[in-house]
Amino acid sequence: MAVMERPQDYVLRTVEERGVRFIQLWFTDVLGIPKAFNITPAELENALEEGMTFDGSAVDGFSRVQESDVLARPDPNTFQILPNRENGPPVARVFCDVTNLDGTPFEGCSRHVLRRQLERAREKGFSFFAAPEVEYFYFAGEEGRPEPLDQGSYFELTVADLAGNLRRRTVLTLEDMGIPVEYSQHEDAPSQHEIDLRYTDAMSMADTLMTVRLVVKEIAREAGVHATFMPKPLAGVQGSGLHTHFSLFEGDANAFHDEGDEHHLSAIGKAFIAGVLTHAREITAVTNQWVNSYKRLVVGYEAPVYVSWARNNRSALVRVPAPKRGKKESTRIEYRAPDPACNPYLAFAVVLAAGLRGVEDGYELPPEAATNLYELTPEQRAAEGIAALPGSLSEALEEMERSELVAETLGEHVFTWFLRNKRAEWADYKAQVTQFELDRYLSTL
Amino acid sequence: MEPLLLYPDPPPPVLVQALDLAGYPWKAAGTAEAATRLEPGDGWAGAVVCADVDGEGAFALCRALRKRDLPLEPLLVMVAGHQLADLELREDMFDDFCVSPFQDRELEARLKHLFWRTGQGTRPELVEYGPLILNLETYQAAIAGRPLDLTYMEYELLKFLATHPGKVFTREILLSRVWGYEYYGGARTVDVHIRRLRAKLGTEHEHLISTVRSVGYRFGQSRWGL
Repeated sequence: MAVMERPQDYVLRTVEERGVRFIQLWFTDVLGIPKAFNITPAELENALEEGMTFDGSAVDGFSRVQESDVLARPDPNTFQILPNRENGPPVARVFCDVTNLDGTPFEGCSRHVLRRQLERAREKGFSFFAAPEVEYFYFAGEEGRPEPLDQGSYFELTVADLAGNLRRRTVLTLEDMGIPVEYSQHEDAPSQHEIDLRYTDAMSMADTLMTVRLVVKEIAREAGVHATFMPKPLAGVQGSGLHTHFSLFEGDANAFHDEGDEHHLSAIGKAFIAGVLTHAREITAVTNQWVNSYKRLVVGYEAPVYVSWARNNRSALVRVPAPKRGKKESTRIEYRAPDPACNPYLAFAVVLAAGLRGVEDGYELPPEAATNLYELTPEQRAAEGIAALPGSLSEALEEMERSELVAETLGEHVFTWFLRNKRAEWADYKAQVTQFELDRYLSTL
Repeated sequence: MEPLLLYPDPPPPVLVQALDLAGYPWKAAGTAEAATRLEPGDGWAGAVVCADVDGEGAFALCRALRKRDLPLEPLLVMVAGHQLADLELREDMFDDFCVSPFQDRELEARLKHLFWRTGQGTRPELVEYGPLILNLETYQAAIAGRPLDLTYMEYELLKFLATHPGKVFTREILLSRVWGYEYYGGARTVDVHIRRLRAKLGTEHEHLISTVRSVGYRFGQSRWGL
C-alpha cells in the first residue's frame, strides 16, 4: 500500500469534513467540449490512486478503431468544491488527465498535448504564462435564436440591466473559486460582455477557461438566459474573441523583456513573435476551429485578418502592449486570433510551439505594421509581404495539414482526428443553402 | 501553542530563524530566574538550550529546569561537535540533542519527534487570526464562520502564512517552503496563488495578506504594528 500523497490526503479529508456528496471528474474532448462523470466519495480514494476506467470510444476524439478503455486520472491539485448556489450538499470537481490502462498518457488527452509543450519549454528553462480576455454574448430565451438582452455599448453604465447583473454574479462566483478577474465590462456589440482573467501558468489557465465557460453558461441558465461563446453570433456587429496575453519567464526574469531595447523587447521576445507570425496560418485551424470562427475574422470588426504585429494597432494579429512603467514583468505579447470557442489546451500548445520554434531557429522579426492594415490595398499588402489569415475553415485545414509543426505539437492521433472531424464539418456546411443565398438569388436569378 | 524557552538570551539568529520558519513561538531567557519569571501561564511548551556558546551556563540551566517540581520537558540541547563528550553522565538533563551547526530540517524533525514522544500536542491544531480559523488536523479553513473552499496549494500557502503572522516572506522563501525547490514555475506562481487566495477571502478580508513592496508578502500585522 503506497503512502498517501499529501494533496490526495487533503482531497479525501476535505470531502469527508465538508460532507461532499459527489465529485465531478472533468476532462475535455479534442474540440474543447467539457465532459464529466460523477463519482461518490466512496470511489474517490481508488480514483485518486488508480484512476477511473471509462470507455474512450464513447467520447468524441477518444480512441476510435481499437475500442479501448482509458483511465480518467484526477489531478488532486485541481480539486475544488463548487460554489454552492442552491444550498444543496456540496459538490466538488477535479480535472483529470486521460491515460491508457498501463498509465501512459493517452494521445487524445488535451492536457497531455499542452503539458508536452510546457515540458519542452521547461527544458529550455522557460515557463509559459497566459492571460485571456474572454468575450461572449447573452441572449434571451431558448437557444437557437440570438435575441440580444440589451442594446448597450462599450462601457455603458447600465444600471438595472439583467446582463450586467449576470456578469457581476459570474465574476463573484469565479472569485469564490479562486479565479481572479482583472476586469469585466460590457463590450461593443449589443449583449456582448468581456471578462479579463489575471495571468496564470498556461495549464492552470486552460483549466480555468473550461471552468469559466461552464460558470458563465450555468449562471445565465439559472436566470433563463442563454450565454454563448460562439465566435460570431450576429452579423454586422463584432464577434467574440479570446485575445490572449502570453509571456515566457526564465526563472523570475521575464524573457520577453530587455531594458536595453528601444521598445523593451528582448531577442527572445522578438524571435517568439516571429515564430508565431511565421506559423500563424498553420495554427489558425486550432485557435479558430469552427466554420463560424471565420465569420469573425473579417475586416471591419477589430478582429485580426492579416499576419502582422504592432505595438499600438488593434488591426494587427500580434500586439505588443506597452509594459507598465518600470514593470519588467508585464512585458508580453497579445495574440488576437483565438476565439473563446477554441480548445484552450490545444490553442495554447500551438501558440507556444510556434513561438518556441521562432526562438530555437532564430527567426527574424519582420518590421512592425505601421498603418491600419485594413486600409491597405491588396497590392500594397503584397508589396509589404503581409499575408492574410485563412479566410475559411477549409483554407485553415489545408494550411494545418501541411504543417509539420502542428502535427508534431498535437501528435499524430489528435492531428488526424481533428482534420477528419473538421473536414466533415466543412462538408456539411458546404452542402447548405444559406439565407444569404436565398435573399440574394431566389428572385433575381 | 505556548512558547518554547530559548537559551541564551539573545539566542543565535540561525536558531531563531529556523524556529520561526517551523512555526514555533519562543521566548529567550538567559538565566533560570528569568526562565521562571517569563514562564507563560500554562508553562513552557519545552526548551531549546544552546550549549555551543556557553556550555557551563547551558548545562546549569538544564539542571535547574529538570530540578523543578514539574521538570521541564521536552528539552533539546544544541551542542558543538567537540562537546559531545560533555553529554556523558548528563543524560537525565535533556531529552534529545542536536549537533550545531545544524540543519533546519533536522532540528524541526527532532522537535516534532520530541513532542510526539512526550505526548504533547506537537503543533497547534487550530490557528486563529482575527476572523480566520485554520484547523490543521482536518485541513479546513474558515473566514468569519464561512468555510473557505481552497485547493491544496492554496491551503498550504495560507497555512504557512497564517502560522507566521506578521512576518514578511519573499516569494523565493514562500516558493521553497510551500512548494519545495523542485517546483519550476518560479516566483510568479506565488503571485498567482496569493491572488487566488485573496479572491477567495473576498474583498472584506483580502487585506489579511498584504503585499510588501519589492519584498514579498505578509499575513496579518507585523509585531511592531508597522
